[in-house]
Amino acid sequence: MLRPALLAAALAAAFPVHADAELDALRAELRELKIAYETRIQALEERLKATEVEAGAAQIRTAEPREQAAARPADPTRSNAFNPAISLILQGQYAHLDNRGERGITGFFPAGGHAHGGTERGFSIGGSELVISASIDPTFRGHLIAVLADDEVEIEEAWFQTTRLGQGLAIKGGRFRSGLGYQNERHPHAWDFTTNNLVYEALFGEGYGNDGLQLKWVAPTELFMELGAEAGRGASFPGTDRNTNGAGSYALFGHLGGDVGASNSWRAGLSYLAAKASEREGELEDLNDEHAETLFSGKSKIWGADFVWKWAPNGNASEQNFKFAAEYFRRSERGSLCGHDEANEGCLTDTEDAYRSRQSGFYTQGVYQFMPRWRTGYRYDRLNPGSVDFGSNPLELATTDYTPTRHSLMLDYSPSEFSRLRLQVSQDKSMESVRENQWFVQYIHSLGAHGAHTF
Amino acid sequence: MKRLLVLLILWLPVYAHAALNVFACEPEWAALAKEIGGGDVKVYSATTAMQDPHRIEARPSLIAQMRRANLVVCTGADLEVGWLPVLLQNANNAAVQPGRPGYFEAARFVPLLDKPARLDRADGDVHAAGNPHLHTDPRNILRVAEALTARLAEVDPANAAAHRARGQAFAARWQAAITRWETRAAPLKNLPVAVQHKSFSYLLAWLGLREVAVLEPRPGVEPSVSHLARVAAQLQATPARAVLRAAYQSPRPADWLASRTGIPALALPYTVGGNARAQDLFGLFDDTLDQLLKAAP
Repeated sequence: MLRPALLAAALAAAFPVHADAELDALRAELRELKIAYETRIQALEERLKATEVEAGAAQIRTAEPREQAAARPADPTRSNAFNPAISLILQGQYAHLDNRGERGITGFFPAGGHAHGGTERGFSIGGSELVISASIDPTFRGHLIAVLADDEVEIEEAWFQTTRLGQGLAIKGGRFRSGLGYQNERHPHAWDFTTNNLVYEALFGEGYGNDGLQLKWVAPTELFMELGAEAGRGASFPGTDRNTNGAGSYALFGHLGGDVGASNSWRAGLSYLAAKASEREGELEDLNDEHAETLFSGKSKIWGADFVWKWAPNGNASEQNFKFAAEYFRRSERGSLCGHDEANEGCLTDTEDAYRSRQSGFYTQGVYQFMPRWRTGYRYDRLNPGSVDFGSNPLELATTDYTPTRHSLMLDYSPSEFSRLRLQVSQDKSMESVRENQWFVQYIHSLGAHGAHTF
Repeated sequence: MKRLLVLLILWLPVYAHAALNVFACEPEWAALAKEIGGGDVKVYSATTAMQDPHRIEARPSLIAQMRRANLVVCTGADLEVGWLPVLLQNANNAAVQPGRPGYFEAARFVPLLDKPARLDRADGDVHAAGNPHLHTDPRNILRVAEALTARLAEVDPANAAAHRARGQAFAARWQAAITRWETRAAPLKNLPVAVQHKSFSYLLAWLGLREVAVLEPRPGVEPSVSHLARVAAQLQATPARAVLRAAYQSPRPADWLASRTGIPALALPYTVGGNARAQDLFGLFDDTLDQLLKAAP
């Protein structure tokens, strides 16, 4: 009953406004037309004068130059003309590793998620990455990275980004790698080493990804300066998926960068990540060296600093170049921890108590291209077990002051920009009382569209 | 904080339009933009003559410059495919995105040579659109200059008349220079030369030189010693008068060949800044011709 009356009232109210608005728009249009014609006539007059002055000169070009594409007859219509850029990355390796049932980093919760191989012995292929990207329309760009592996296709990134917000702003939405740190946005095929560094492995698994939104601003300054903020679901480690509205994780990051002379360039950054975890599964050792399954609920905060320095003689990186990179992260977690077993949901009775930890780690690496196509590099990874407080420790969990470290040395050969073969040897001391020498032979091949790599 | 942001945003457009910022991907386009834009533009060259334009790092400093640019002038034809997209995506500058007036590709105004009959990466670093080193023919620079004049007038309407006047003056001087160079270069007709990379196809086509050998086995692939030995053998049969390389390229292959065969190796400036004499576009071609004429009989 009420609806038609409301509608009538709304229409009555809307029409005069609408009419006014239309009149205003017409007036504005007329004004614009007038201004446009005036400026055009002015420009024409100016051009006339200019031509009169130059009339004596030999050459007067009457036609405006036309783009070559316009001069040629049209190609036959093709339905695939708008296909996005597609590239496929094939990677695989031979790994010579000790036989260990389970691998973990002593003193650290195992970061959930997957690893692209890396722990399989012998021959294996890593995930094959399919990258598809294109402009969606004048306003958006789209990008997808799917990892094809046995029995699964994982969407690593699937996002859109605005291209014409202006003022140095861009919004990214969907699933994307967070802009924190330096290596985080890089997928394994763009890593300088076969295996991930220990800090990322302990803190993020492979890298921190999120479903959400990112706002990035680039300053209009000569010194490169960008600021970014992200809010998202926060489902990946160190957060967990939670059945709630709102955001589960927030990230802030900023980068500065520039050149020093023609041969050197650098970038430095600071990042912060806050994530919420609810019953995050973990595994720790207890005082009897037995595995104890745990659930953590609470907040995880990470801050980090990253620095990259690149050198190439006269800025010409094709012959020789050197890259130094280092990242430091510090994580503090606060909440509650309880025991758990596979058979039951939630906490085991009388096992819950307060949990606080503060842990950190860093890696530092140098990669040197000593002649075209050949590079060698060394990386040192180190974690600090920091302080872990289990409260009254009802689960009798063990604390440790063991410092996990790893040395890695690599040599790679890239016959072209699209292929790379790598040999790596690592001395891994990430598990207490284990010193393991690991050997890797790896290939990374890229098919299709020419990839452009970030700094 | 909010007030600060608002202030910052209000202040930005004024700041950005103080002078027209031109971001040139290569030194030749930086030089051309300076000729046509004169004092009305501030030109930044992303690369120097000592850098390989195929392989440039997408450095933070380049992103910062791209962010400030009102006009981006690049070669196109996939020459910058490894780094320009990264800059465009990360600089968040709407005005210079492809398709907008602020994005200018020289290759779109020039007929390209060496267009590959088939596209396969087995043939090396091939460019689907054709050879991108188009500025080595001064007639192409004239074509690009016309288009760039029109574009500068479009992007910078306040100084449109000045851009057009400078553009016409440059075209007249350049046309005269081309006539002068063509007269001087008459002895170069049919001169057989070897090139390290297909950097000079347009130059050779313009002056009628003959390219009898390429040192790279495939585009963008460094020659191995065994391949160079084959090239040396080939040059025994069809001798060349000079081996040409660009200033940014490694001197090793051309020098090795020169020492082996006695054919002089010439380091041509390739672009503005490639040597002490090539300090502008006119100097670039003056020096290139002088060097080539020394090799002619």
